[in-house]
Amino acid sequence: MSATAKAGQIGRSLPRLEGRAKVTGRAEYIHNLRLPGMVHGKIFRSAVAHGRIRRVDTAAAKALSGVFAVVTSDDIRKVISNPYYGPAFHDQPILAIDKVRHVGEPVAVVLAEDPHVAEEAMRLIIAEYDELPAVTDEVEAMTSTVIVHDALKPAGIFPDLKHLEGRKGTNVALDFHLRRGDVKQAFAEATHVFEHTFRTQPVMHTPLEPMVSAAEPGDGTLTIHTASQSPSFVRMEVARLLGWPENRVRVKTAFLGGGFGAKLYIKLEALVAALALLARRPVKISLAMDEQFFTITKHPSTFRIKSAVDKDGRVTARECEVWWNGGAYADVGPRVTQKSGFTAAGPYDIDNVAIDSYALYTNRPPAGALRGFGIPQLVWAYESHTDMIARALGIDPVEFRRRNILRDGRPQATGTVMKDAAIDKVLDRLVQRLGWSRPFDRGQGSVKRGRGLAVGFKASIAPTTSVAILNLYADGSCGLYCSTVDMGQGSDTAMAQIAAEVLDIPAETVRVVHPDTDVTPYDMATLGSRSTYHMGHAVKRAAEDARVKIDALKADLGVPPGSNVPLAELFRRKYGMQAGNIVGVGSFVPSYASPDHDTGLTPNATPFWMVGGTGAEVEVDTETGHVRVARLINVADLGTPINPRIVETQLSGGAIMQLGFTMQERMEFADGQLLNPNLADYKIPGMRDLPARIESEAVDAVERGGPFGAKGVGETATFGVSPAIANAIDAAVGVRLTELPLTPEAVYRALRKAGR
Amino acid sequence: MSATRRIRFTLNGQAAAAEIGTHETLVEVLRDRFALFGARESCSQGLCGCCTVLVDGHAVSGCLFLAAAADGVKIQTIEGLASGERLDPVQEAFLECGAFQCGFCTPGFILMTRQLLDENPAPSEDEIRHYLSGNLCRCGAYPEIIEAVKLASHKVKSRTPGGAAP
Repeated sequence: MSATAKAGQIGRSLPRLEGRAKVTGRAEYIHNLRLPGMVHGKIFRSAVAHGRIRRVDTAAAKALSGVFAVVTSDDIRKVISNPYYGPAFHDQPILAIDKVRHVGEPVAVVLAEDPHVAEEAMRLIIAEYDELPAVTDEVEAMTSTVIVHDALKPAGIFPDLKHLEGRKGTNVALDFHLRRGDVKQAFAEATHVFEHTFRTQPVMHTPLEPMVSAAEPGDGTLTIHTASQSPSFVRMEVARLLGWPENRVRVKTAFLGGGFGAKLYIKLEALVAALALLARRPVKISLAMDEQFFTITKHPSTFRIKSAVDKDGRVTARECEVWWNGGAYADVGPRVTQKSGFTAAGPYDIDNVAIDSYALYTNRPPAGALRGFGIPQLVWAYESHTDMIARALGIDPVEFRRRNILRDGRPQATGTVMKDAAIDKVLDRLVQRLGWSRPFDRGQGSVKRGRGLAVGFKASIAPTTSVAILNLYADGSCGLYCSTVDMGQGSDTAMAQIAAEVLDIPAETVRVVHPDTDVTPYDMATLGSRSTYHMGHAVKRAAEDARVKIDALKADLGVPPGSNVPLAELFRRKYGMQAGNIVGVGSFVPSYASPDHDTGLTPNATPFWMVGGTGAEVEVDTETGHVRVARLINVADLGTPINPRIVETQLSGGAIMQLGFTMQERMEFADGQLLNPNLADYKIPGMRDLPARIESEAVDAVERGGPFGAKGVGETATFGVSPAIANAIDAAVGVRLTELPLTPEAVYRALRKAGR
Repeated sequence: MSATRRIRFTLNGQAAAAEIGTHETLVEVLRDRFALFGARESCSQGLCGCCTVLVDGHAVSGCLFLAAAADGVKIQTIEGLASGERLDPVQEAFLECGAFQCGFCTPGFILMTRQLLDENPAPSEDEIRHYLSGNLCRCGAYPEIIEAVKLASHKVKSRTPGGAAP
């Protein structure tokens, strides 16, 4: 089957298949789930950042009328003897054991039929701790005498983490190193050397459907209903914890009310599994908004970046040291450290590169994946740095980028030769849209105007697997079974379009069956903008397999191959009545070569590259420090869009989310306590925070390795937003901010410090 | 929390009654007694708009509105907005503009838009942004939502007797 689309289903701006359910309020979310005999769990959480648990007194809570049970780690261990979980490290206890390692860590759970009773009882629990000194800063954690975990416990599924087993006396969960060329020599010969340090703040995904999971015990089985981005992983991990075969654990999801990486791997699932087995009845835990802030966050980071530049404005060497604040439990932080780490030198053609990237344990809530998997933190630093160099050398920032940009056919820092990464094209389109060569209104009076841009790139996640099943029913209608989770990105619609294109039927007639591990086949997870590419390939192959089987059926019945006898009629002829199925199966594993442990080099770092750039025009009020983003332009290479309209909303939505992380969001800690775990004090962008103009564009590109030329898009528009705005602020008022967020206060202080 | 009382109200045009705890909120009662899930508790502080319902035609945050105060009122939820299979023009506009991603906040935005257009059938973009600033969409579908409100405004005008189109 040809890779090019002919049936007209690809490149169609089909409205989302589930649109009607969403506008009538009838879309299914786990949030809505009610199970007969269900009890609600309310979590009692640690009030200290680091401490030994002296005593947990649950007597008063147990005595409250209506309380079904109060559970601590002692109870959990009756059903799960070694209750530590995690995707990269088995370091996170289902409920705290002996120690607490961050404020908000789950210590006990109250179960009651009435959630209000559970909450009231939870407040009656008393815990006493011997408080320990806490380490909260990622750079201090490198050398601190405060050690968060006595020994490292890698999960063993990632071969490159195995060497960490049992390592003691360190907060470094993973150190990734890349060495390319002769960095020392290049710095010695440099005409100019620039060094800067950038920081990012702790922020939270805040999906509006807070995390929610329920577990339902059966006869030697367990069904978990969960708002999860990774149902296949949940099944595997819960089965491992219980020591059961995977076929006794069933995991079902529905639509997610937002995910953004918050609902990945295991969050509440191991807890509700244990609780349901203890209670012998269904248990549901629905987090309140504030509890999400204690569950998962985005890595705060510190990035020291140093560049050698020759007399022609070419970057000849770059040194990157990145420290990732992973919080108290590793979650997927070590993968962020490596997968993002190897792109830390940016989308530039640099012969000599040294990267050191460290995942740190600290006494903060855990950090994991958040829309970009570490890339926005890196682009923030390297694209700010790029502008600072250009400014210092008196070279136009666009010209400086063009001199150094990484083009197809040239090796990236890992040594992997770039292909189908339209970095130069993205930059060109930004420049054109901004009208860079035209005169720019610099503002007047106390309001100054500036513009800036930034370009970033990201490698896809590998090695990962996706499997899809396409079922053609007796009447000829089609069901598509895949474990990709539609959390708003429109994957149901995109997958239906891919299947429909192969089968030459309208995409709206394809029924997409939602993840249910008893029904839908394995998928690694819905993360890292991987679904369109990985699951897209699997779906395409499943549909192609079905077509081959249709042709075989035709041959069997003596129907000529090109004939248009409907499928239902073929089934009738074959089985003598409306009966039968054709089942097509497809799977996809991209080729990949893991980076060398010592050098970080690999000839095949990723199945594909995502490229995203942002241009910003800002107005800075020099009297108040207030920054108004007048125009935000997001340009991306996402290959050939499957659904251009949905793709455009992914770009603008991603940029708006990153705008929040850039301008306003920050989890505020004082004395170990989180001060603002709620939407009153932690402000996410609303309508009034939008730029006056927001524009999105997919450049004309093809991902030759992708299904119908497509690749992922969910994270791409987040890459360039923060540095583009910081660069525009610098252009407007000549001050440079090196720490996010870019609040009016930060701008004001920088202006005063600069004497402006 | 054991005090209960009986409330009677009109729910999406039908007479309804419920035995409720005096501490219970409207969104809980709609969810637990009437299996209406379109109003959703998210921030629990009346700041996100996901739990929006119309009480006597006024948008309220169902997570803060005590059910006891619903005695004798008319309540409209997203489930009652369409007439049978025929969607409300606001729902149609959201559908046509793709003005949502995950859909969790969508009922709140639609009901708030319904109220906006009842008050101001032809709002400017600035008025739309201001009026809907109390509803949050973490997916960032705001550009499409603004477009949908404008489209809904046209649709409402054209459905009104004496409007431009049939």
